[in-house]
Amino acid sequence: MNDMSKIEPVVITAEAAPALRFDAPPSTSIWAHARHIVAENPVTGLAFGLFALILFAAIFGPSLVPYDPLASNTNSALQGPSARHWFGTDQLGRDIFSRVIVATRLDFTIAVASVALVFVMGGLAGVMAGFFGGWVDKVVGRIADTIMAFPLFVLAMGIVAALGNSVGNIVLATAIINFPLYARVARAEANVRREAGFVQAARLSGNSDWRLLMTQVLPNIMPIMAVQMSLTMGYAILNAAGLSFIGLGVRPPTPEWGIMVAEGASFIVSGEWWIAFFPGLALMIAVFCFNLLGDGVRDLVDPQRRN
Amino acid sequence: MTITRRTAIAAGLAMPFVARSGGAQAQAPSRAETLLLVQEYGPNSLDMQGIGSSQPVNGVALNCYDRLLRFKPVPIPTGGGNQVSMGELEGELAESWQVASDGMSCTFKLRDTTFHSGRKVTAKDVKWSLDRACTIGGFATTQMNAGSLEKPEQFVVVDDNTFRVDFVRKDKMTLPNLAVTIPFVFDSELAIANSGGDPHAKEYLKNNIAGGGAFKVESWKPGVETIYIRNDAWKSGKLPQLRRIIARDIASPSTRRALMERGDADVSYGLPPKDFKDLLDAGKVNVVGVPIPNGVWGCYLNTQVGPFKDVRLRQAVAWVMPYEKILQASLFGRGVSMAGGTAPKVAWPQPFPYTSDTAKAKALVDAAGGPFSTTLYFDAGNATVAEPMAVLIKEALSTIGITVEINKVPGANFRTEIAKKTNPMVLNRFAGWLDYPEYYLFWTMHGNNSIFNIAAYQNPALDKLVDAARFASDKADYEGNVIDFIKLVNAEVPMVPINQPTHDVALQKSIGGYQFQPCREPDFRYLTKGV
Amino acid sequence: MLRLIGQRLLTTIPSIIGVIIVTFLLTRVLPGDTAAYFAGPAASPQAIIEIRSKLGLDQPLPVQFVSYVTALVKGDLGQSLTTGQPVTKDLAARLPASAELTLAGLLLAMAVALPLGVLAAVKQGSWIDHLCRVVATAGVSLPVFFTGLLLVYVFYFILGWSPAPLGRLDVFASEPPRVTGLFLIDSLLAGEWETFRAAFSQLILPALTLGIFSLAPITRMTRASMLAVLGADFVRTARASGLSGSKVIGTYAFRNAMLPVVTTLGMVFSFLLGANVLVEKVFAWPGVGSYAVEALIASDYAPIQGFVLTMAILYVALNLMIDVLYGVIDPRVRLEG
Repeated sequence: MNDMSKIEPVVITAEAAPALRFDAPPSTSIWAHARHIVAENPVTGLAFGLFALILFAAIFGPSLVPYDPLASNTNSALQGPSARHWFGTDQLGRDIFSRVIVATRLDFTIAVASVALVFVMGGLAGVMAGFFGGWVDKVVGRIADTIMAFPLFVLAMGIVAALGNSVGNIVLATAIINFPLYARVARAEANVRREAGFVQAARLSGNSDWRLLMTQVLPNIMPIMAVQMSLTMGYAILNAAGLSFIGLGVRPPTPEWGIMVAEGASFIVSGEWWIAFFPGLALMIAVFCFNLLGDGVRDLVDPQRRN
Repeated sequence: MTITRRTAIAAGLAMPFVARSGGAQAQAPSRAETLLLVQEYGPNSLDMQGIGSSQPVNGVALNCYDRLLRFKPVPIPTGGGNQVSMGELEGELAESWQVASDGMSCTFKLRDTTFHSGRKVTAKDVKWSLDRACTIGGFATTQMNAGSLEKPEQFVVVDDNTFRVDFVRKDKMTLPNLAVTIPFVFDSELAIANSGGDPHAKEYLKNNIAGGGAFKVESWKPGVETIYIRNDAWKSGKLPQLRRIIARDIASPSTRRALMERGDADVSYGLPPKDFKDLLDAGKVNVVGVPIPNGVWGCYLNTQVGPFKDVRLRQAVAWVMPYEKILQASLFGRGVSMAGGTAPKVAWPQPFPYTSDTAKAKALVDAAGGPFSTTLYFDAGNATVAEPMAVLIKEALSTIGITVEINKVPGANFRTEIAKKTNPMVLNRFAGWLDYPEYYLFWTMHGNNSIFNIAAYQNPALDKLVDAARFASDKADYEGNVIDFIKLVNAEVPMVPINQPTHDVALQKSIGGYQFQPCREPDFRYLTKGV
Repeated sequence: MLRLIGQRLLTTIPSIIGVIIVTFLLTRVLPGDTAAYFAGPAASPQAIIEIRSKLGLDQPLPVQFVSYVTALVKGDLGQSLTTGQPVTKDLAARLPASAELTLAGLLLAMAVALPLGVLAAVKQGSWIDHLCRVVATAGVSLPVFFTGLLLVYVFYFILGWSPAPLGRLDVFASEPPRVTGLFLIDSLLAGEWETFRAAFSQLILPALTLGIFSLAPITRMTRASMLAVLGADFVRTARASGLSGSKVIGTYAFRNAMLPVVTTLGMVFSFLLGANVLVEKVFAWPGVGSYAVEALIASDYAPIQGFVLTMAILYVALNLMIDVLYGVIDPRVRLEG
């Protein structure tokens, strides 16, 4: 517990994942298990529902929205929510509902891409550190320590500012600040499995270390890494939105939730609350959904939690 | 700071007296004599001549130091206060001044007045200060040069109360340039005594006021607040009514607006145009707007590299620019459109002869070879106004086959970006302190290729006209030159003027005496507060 | 013990060195020419070159690094170009503001999160448990800049309950004599009730914003560790020996469950201290976070380096403190060398 809890500074994931033992895979079907989880925990059901909605918006949103999210219409600028414009219009008369929906894809992509990137970088580094130990472990540990010692949001800002204002760099920055978390979880898991029975058995049958790593250890720590991924998704979106809030990242006029909240922020005081409110709400719902989902996925993956 | 037990006890003992003295301080400025100003950010130094001084330092120079001359206040035509008249000057430290009959020097008679230190202001102090501005480097020196004030030999101490400036050439900007916020006068003895050997006393003057202006700095917390207190011995003008000014740095414009609306702050500068418009409409506070003299938002099109080398494409952009939409959606009407000019005038800025006419623009693009893609840059620091502008331009240009990608450059990087002179399209606002057409063009389109010549425009014919106008002594010659270069840039459009923005200030109804200065910083000396 | 602390400190040195190097490199590749920025408008190329050499930016990188480290060893973090002050002075002046805000936010969060977490664990699976999960998750799902803006709009602008978001004190109030730098404590020490009230009312909204954000980790950790403890043998034994439910939970379980919670608190504190950048921006709070952002926007190296280094040292110190505390609370835990 002591060691695990040291990896908790990233607020969203602050619950220590209990060390898992996957020596024997669960025998019941995954769907039955999922049904059980949802039945036991309605909040998780809600999260899965929201997730489906977000996924739907991300995939089909751009072809379903009533207005072109980029088309200005200065004659109907700054109108409140109405039957014609459900979420109102912004400074340039663009339809906020359409923009919020269309933005889903970008925000979702940023989150998924950054999480996937850190999964590869952090996961691989961590597994190698845990499996091989020695100097590999030391190097990975030092890198993780160094990143952890940074104020993370400022580090992300610095990376985007230094490498240039682009979506790719937001993804990279978000991945880098999550690196220690993934590396340490993967390391701890691989370390436990290094001496596990099934690995020992495979080693005795003459497999090389690399082969063991790829075929035995890596697949076995996938579930716990999946939990980690869904737990950090929400944080990745928040981080990207925070960066674009201070003007780093996404380029106008691309709709993105963080930048839309930033644009609308100056209008709140003058009573045009809807410009910032709806993108903010969408952002909140998405993060909320991912966070709950993270818990749900863990319940699904971790049989211990069923008790 | 170390805290010993003794100092802690002493502080504890002193507290009751300090607390009680609040009521007893009869001379302390009352709330009615105190002004609360909220601004986006405050000064990063107290020395406007120093290197790296930020925009608000102009305000420190204005209020805490005196210059030889100042611009004469004239009423703003639309009311609400005063602006300045560029051609008319009045004495600040100078009691009187006289230009020599050959027009090659000017002699100033100094007022009998003192610095904050109590020492008399002498011609020696004036020389030390102007020498400093000319030799310190950076912005101060550049600004001095803009008015042909180039070397210390030009500044002559005649006697204690008489000072002379020798001209290197006849330049009508020389005297007005003595009234801007750079050539202010230091208490040179105080500065030298604390300089630690630095001939410019940079470190000391950065953190201390050594002058004789209408206000002193009571406390300065960079990034938090600056508190000014009146110099009761000020004699270079009418003693200000306000005794104390608190200038708070509030980064969020929404917060500044809310403070104004609720009556918690007296004055706010630098709100987004939307907020000024709303405040004006609501009528609870006064909003005073002055079209920024010599200021214009323009779209600079690179004339040396990229697609806009072709003048037809530059004209196409001028024809498709959504002038009216931008004025309404980006400036909320707080500005003057630069579309549809008729005959060239002796003025700057002035509308160019273009209007929003997609057909004409499309024809020009087709003639020049059809659709292409390009990038539009602007300073992220100006995003409130520039971003909607850029989005509308992008949309308008897409109708004539030009695909635009918008690149919002962080403030720190913007200067570097425009210095490269390779960007095809840049949105920028430039405003010269000295309100002359040739001054603007000298910075933005002249062959000297200053950093603000973002279009990298090079045309010897234009240079000749601009230089001739700068140093013309005959009015008719001057006007002829100006009309000619206006015609030239109307046709060549290295920069498409979009609009002349309004400089707005929000003031509570109880605040009077607003004075607009070309440096666009608040002038506390004229402000009044009613009850 | 001391030897162990010393050993533990030694192991942190490489990360601090890493931080120094990475920050230095990162700030140097920041786009934007500091010299051009500070040469001001209308600067000639000549003027920019002069300023560059004045700032030492024309030196090769290794030379710049050596002079930076040399100054660092002497405790000199350089000068901020934006505020024009030595960075150490700026940081010293602003750190208490951030610390006060963060502490207040954390206390606020704890006041809600600890009972909520305990309750959720005790009534595991009940609606309270679900509610606790939803509330905590909702809190952490709110972007702080959005929460801050919303709170200002509602409580200052519409309702007028809270004072103007003008930083740490009302404009017309004066700072209490500085002892700790935390206005709440200093004003109490000086017996200035008026100042205390002013500082307190300024603090509420930003602290609330931060508090909402830090609800989740504390609630979750409290719940998880309570659950673990409740299932432990000694609690079962206590129950079996007939102790009342509240006594078991209050004395046995809660005390033991606090251990991981303390760790979380420390981590959340150090995380928040660096992360309240956006809150400070919204509330015009004169802390270190807003200071670092302004500097980053202006490509002003020294403050960024100073800020990052300070945060790194704070992080290390806090970690060490927690480890020591651990040893005190639970003697079974030994400091690892």
